[in-house]
Amino acid sequence: MAVTTRASSGSLRRYLLTRLALMIPMILILVTLVFFFMRVIGNPIDAALGGRLPPDQIAIRKHAAGFDRPILVQYFDYLGKLLHFDLGTTITDNQKISSIIVVNGAATLELTFWAFLIAIGVGIPLGRVAARHRDRMPDILLRVSGVLFYAAPVFFVGLLAKLLFGIVLNWLPVSGRSDPATQLAIANVSPRTHIFLIDSILYGEPKYVWDVLRHTVLPALTLGLLTAGIFLRLVRTNLLQTMRSDYVEAARARGVPERRVVRKHAFRNALVPVVTVMGLQGALLLGGAILTERTFEWQGLGYALGNYLLQRDFVAVQGIVTVIAVIVVVVSFLIDVATALIDPRVRY
Amino acid sequence: MSTPPTSAGPYPGESERHGPDLFHGSEAPTTELPSAALPGGLPVRSRRRGAGLLTALRQTGGVQRGMLISGAVITGFFVLLAVLAPWISPYGFNDVAGADGIRFRKLAKPGAAHWFGTTNGQGADVLSQVIYGSRTAIEVVVLAVVMSLLIGVPFGLYSGYRGGWVDRVLVLITDALFAFPSLLLAIVVSIALVGGTSGEGGGILAASISITVIYIPQYFRVVRNATISAKQEPYVEAARAVGASPWAIMSRYLFGNVIQSVPIIATVNAADAILTLAGLGFLGFGIEPSAAAEWGYQLNKARSDFSSHIWWTAVFPGLAIVLLVLGISLIGESLNDVLNPLLRARRLSQVVMPRIGPDSKTVRVSGGVSGQALAATAAPITPTTEAGVGVVTVSQDAGTGRP
Repeated sequence: MAVTTRASSGSLRRYLLTRLALMIPMILILVTLVFFFMRVIGNPIDAALGGRLPPDQIAIRKHAAGFDRPILVQYFDYLGKLLHFDLGTTITDNQKISSIIVVNGAATLELTFWAFLIAIGVGIPLGRVAARHRDRMPDILLRVSGVLFYAAPVFFVGLLAKLLFGIVLNWLPVSGRSDPATQLAIANVSPRTHIFLIDSILYGEPKYVWDVLRHTVLPALTLGLLTAGIFLRLVRTNLLQTMRSDYVEAARARGVPERRVVRKHAFRNALVPVVTVMGLQGALLLGGAILTERTFEWQGLGYALGNYLLQRDFVAVQGIVTVIAVIVVVVSFLIDVATALIDPRVRY
Repeated sequence: MSTPPTSAGPYPGESERHGPDLFHGSEAPTTELPSAALPGGLPVRSRRRGAGLLTALRQTGGVQRGMLISGAVITGFFVLLAVLAPWISPYGFNDVAGADGIRFRKLAKPGAAHWFGTTNGQGADVLSQVIYGSRTAIEVVVLAVVMSLLIGVPFGLYSGYRGGWVDRVLVLITDALFAFPSLLLAIVVSIALVGGTSGEGGGILAASISITVIYIPQYFRVVRNATISAKQEPYVEAARAVGASPWAIMSRYLFGNVIQSVPIIATVNAADAILTLAGLGFLGFGIEPSAAAEWGYQLNKARSDFSSHIWWTAVFPGLAIVLLVLGISLIGESLNDVLNPLLRARRLSQVVMPRIGPDSKTVRVSGGVSGQALAATAAPITPTTEAGVGVVTVSQDAGTGRP
């Protein structure tokens, strides 16, 4: 990108602006879908509290929350509040949903960060090895284990890991983000990020940092390794396709050793589509995080979502799902921007 | 549109480039142009799926064939279990007592009476639940994939052919849906379908519909993209020129050419659907436990058993999920490698250069060139046979099965 002509930078700007503008309808579509799907079954107060409170109490609460207004009025009201990041309060335990998002979102961020790191660190090098040795032993082993990783549901692997490392071997804690003592201690730290690793480092007590890290190992490995299987397949497929392209052939014809062809010529180009698809994997990672969090009682967004689902608190569910939708759209935008910066061919 | 062109990811047919000539095989014309240059260039007659699979099997060799066959065997095993469940299962999935009316012991270890043990709570037979679970899984997957095909393909065809604002709106909606975590989407739909009335209708159909919604965008995208590139082709132009109606063009000319990557996606989705169903069940949001046995729900119930070293309630349903997904994925994986023209495997070919000077050189041309391309590269350096100094061996293209 050292030499950028005026025309190409103009088209880059246009591409980015178009892409940015597209985020708005995408978010709107998702928010609208979620809103109306949640209301198909009726109003949330009935769903959550019906049968548990006398009818007059329910009517009062319905009125207070505005659920007795026409659905379209409620919809526009909801959109207006969303613009101010006001997601309302949960029905069952009367918490502000935005604070749930901050606290539990930090936990999910912490988990997905480690998992993503593991997925990249394991998946990409192994995918390269598999492509390099196509149809020979390393490739076969890696492919089969890649498929196996993919085939194993994250909660099943999580349960097995808990059984083996937590209960049989008793090496690692199997649930939660830290010991209760640690959690109490680092709650006083300021500024409080709700990311336990940072909080415990800020607190400055190595024992607590160690405790937080130990709790992270199993969930992060479970989610990370399963995602690594997908990255492995992606890298392998793309590298194989790149290895067939003319310029790689030209390099070979010039007598460049195969190892160098892979390293210098093919690998980087093969990674471009991988970056793109990673944007979609981000969504997948979030989906996987929901199940991982349930398995390890990791109190992130997925954990909260699962709880509120079981309690039939659909206002909370709607809030969390909406936020996840927005995150997903923003992440996929960022990934597209990254791709456009890396690969000039994308800016059409 | 918003997503830059990606090469085959986990969804092999995703890029329109591979779409049209999956079943290239022996039917395709002999001039092998890179498929990217000729998407749907020639109206290849569509074959029935079975024929395609057989062709695929014939075109495979070694590893690919092994993967394809083992995948088919595993999947076939589960289909058999599903079909024969009432006859081979020792008990019903909710039975808590044998035919003699004596209740099962709760949390019995796997043994002669209960091969996979019994559960906590009611004390049902785990083996029976696993067998009936395969029936649920297969039913849901078949329903979900068929429904998403029936909706996604026609919409994609219409949207791609028609273009204009209809196309743009549909693309925007499907893109938004596609970006959304699939499990969440299934949860939201499942709430809309049965959320208000727990206990009623939380059956196979509701679960299938929630899963269907996830996959419609994929078929839509692939078919739409294939249609857009195919509709520029001369044969469509010709059909239009002779006055064929849009309906006729879509159904008779385009359909067969734009659905060719659909089987692979369907395979990938079938594997994914099982995981989604199990995920829903694990969250307690799938099928009502009284309506059918479901592996994910079994795992959900087994969560608390682990702390007391009770492994059988979780391990057997979990293994069933892994095996079935593995079987289907193996089929998909090998089909992708065989049918995706950009990936077709070739054997390594030795090209021995003619002895020109005092020292002879051997150039090894390794994988990455198709037979034809290799032949083309090799041609200029092939010595005439009269010279009799060099040997050029170009092995056949394993992918197309042609010399």
